[in-house]
Amino acid sequence: MTAIDPTAHLTAEQIEELGRELDAIRDEVIAGRGEKDAAYIRKVIAAQRKLELVSRGVLLFSSFPPAWLIGTAGLSVAKIMDNMEIGHNVLHGQWDWMRDPKIHSTTWEWDHVSPSEQWKHSHNELHHTYTNVIGKDNDLGYGIMRVDEDQKWHPVHLGQPLWNLINACFFEYGIAAYDLELGKNLEKRRRKSPEFRARAKAVGRKIRKQVLKDYVIHPLLSGPSFLPTLGATFTANLVRNIWSHSVIMCGHFPEGVQVFERRSIKGETRGQWYLRQMMGSANISGSKAMHFMTGNLSHQIEHHLFPDLPSNRYAEVAVKVRALFEKYELEYVTGPLPKQVFSAWHKVFRLSLPNKKPKVTTPHRERELVAA
Amino acid sequence: MVTTPLLPSDYLDLASPLRAGADLRGRIEAVHPETGDAATIVIRPGRDWRGHTAGQYVRVGVDVDGVRLWRAYSLTSPTHRRDGRVTITVKAIPDGKVSNHLVRRAKPGTLIQLDQPTGDFVLPRAKPAKVLYLTGGSGITPVMGMLRDSEFDDAVMIHCAPRPQDVIFRDELHGLVADKKLRLTEVHTDTDGMLDIARLDELVPDWTERETWACGPAGLLDAAEEHWNEHGVQERLHTERFRPSIVVAGDGGEVTFSATGTSVDADGATPLLDVGEEAGVLMPSGCRMGICFGCVTPLKAGAVRDLRTGEITEADPGVLIQTCVSAAAGPCDIER
Ligand code: FES
Repeated sequence: MTAIDPTAHLTAEQIEELGRELDAIRDEVIAGRGEKDAAYIRKVIAAQRKLELVSRGVLLFSSFPPAWLIGTAGLSVAKIMDNMEIGHNVLHGQWDWMRDPKIHSTTWEWDHVSPSEQWKHSHNELHHTYTNVIGKDNDLGYGIMRVDEDQKWHPVHLGQPLWNLINACFFEYGIAAYDLELGKNLEKRRRKSPEFRARAKAVGRKIRKQVLKDYVIHPLLSGPSFLPTLGATFTANLVRNIWSHSVIMCGHFPEGVQVFERRSIKGETRGQWYLRQMMGSANISGSKAMHFMTGNLSHQIEHHLFPDLPSNRYAEVAVKVRALFEKYELEYVTGPLPKQVFSAWHKVFRLSLPNKKPKVTTPHRERELVAA
Repeated sequence: MVTTPLLPSDYLDLASPLRAGADLRGRIEAVHPETGDAATIVIRPGRDWRGHTAGQYVRVGVDVDGVRLWRAYSLTSPTHRRDGRVTITVKAIPDGKVSNHLVRRAKPGTLIQLDQPTGDFVLPRAKPAKVLYLTGGSGITPVMGMLRDSEFDDAVMIHCAPRPQDVIFRDELHGLVADKKLRLTEVHTDTDGMLDIARLDELVPDWTERETWACGPAGLLDAAEEHWNEHGVQERLHTERFRPSIVVAGDGGEVTFSATGTSVDADGATPLLDVGEEAGVLMPSGCRMGICFGCVTPLKAGAVRDLRTGEITEADPGVLIQTCVSAAAGPCDIER
């Protein structure tokens, strides 16, 4: 909805053709899914569990500073793996085709205070269907921030850099609240609805379990290392939260990403839906390790086009998708993590202040295409 | 609490998947070829294995190309094998994903999923005086389990296979014959043609007096059932069928929503989600375009077609389908 529509040069037929080409990419991956992919996710899950076990083991001796450091680092990585490459992707149904009930979107529970069930609804269903549609996609600023010039400014937005920082530190709680649609549901009438209460209870239960494990049981098991272990788990959760928050901000907030109006998705065709995903997402460039630690959400564009393809395939899909961006002269928004994080934060700051209705300026597309 | 949200078993499984208390699994320890297209798989079952009765089968879950598929196979090992291992003997059927995988590609060391053994194709407590086995192809497998398990004073077997070299366990069977423990007639269908059930009088004159166990292709079993009925001795016949029915994937069909007891005709192009909703069944849904997995529902019977890829999914325990992008490919049963 920026002043210039970066897709204006495409005809309706071209958009449908683009859709068909994307479908073909998808079909190819699906036809090629197999043993190697299954082995991949099993290996990652086993590695994550071992890393977590070892780290927690090391933390039993965390009054010894090197043990604290190693244990905390290991636990942070384990938690990130659980949430990103494993949890997020399993909950998307990326591995359902294996028919393994233990690695299945209907049974998976993650190391996170938002119960899988609720997160699947708000994330898979609302966010992925209505990606970047103002008023429909709550991920857009999580309902607490203004992330586009066209959103109405209100004095509370002055505080949004601070909210965003707090949200980053306690991201998993932010997500739980967000999955509950707390803002909306705290009004008196809704608060009492049995459906909301049941969901709030489920979150409460999950929080209790998570907190008990991280902040009571494990520290107690460490005996004399009670406090250092407590500090270590807190740090690991903090690191995981800030990391996930950063990665996720990079998915839809950096400059160059488009947002859409409600009316623009009325009667959307498959091709148009694909196009919206392409224009509404941004990638992070980097090494293999980087992609792994982001749960391959560094391939956010590919993930939004094909949310249910196994994450280990996004890298190869990205090459083909990028070629399509070029073919159709669209802007593929990507950059290294620091740049993208900076860009997203910059936007948060910029839009905390009011702005004039954007004027038609130099077409975005051309400028960024050169830069890309 | 210690391991939430996982269970302690999730960690223990890493180290010891066959321990007591784990989900029942087995480890393939060896694969012995039997014929050109059959092999015996030696399995070490998990600690909670309850043991079987000769003639029973076990359901095994095998990962083929990364997809877990379940099939049932007769146990061919005697019930009290010293080393605690059990065997299944598998014949590769054309296009059989699991059977071909087990016969040709399974590697020792691989973990497979197991159910407890089950089935009532077994011998009665009191050993019958006279026994007849009527088998075809891999229908020999449950019977082999019985033969290895107990001895009979008077046992006769008619076994059908295309050629002599296709007879599974041939050497062992001939060994039993040499020891006078079994009288065997081999029918080689490539040269002799299908067994004509009317020949039974000539091959086993006292067949009506024998307790009979029959296992093999549907044609053989149908003929046997009819024949035993005609002679009024149906209670002497015990049959076991391998595949109760083959799913024929068509285009559209009758969709049953078994939980609510609703049935409607559906075409091959309408998503089952719409079919269900139209029929007034409460269907879970989300994006309605195949991305959110908010609509997954068990497919209990029949087959469905993925409207995006054309891929057919057949019912199997544990198979879930996305109703928003699946249409009926023949009659099917959706658990809603
Ligand atoms: S409703 Fe979203 S996948 Fe079927």
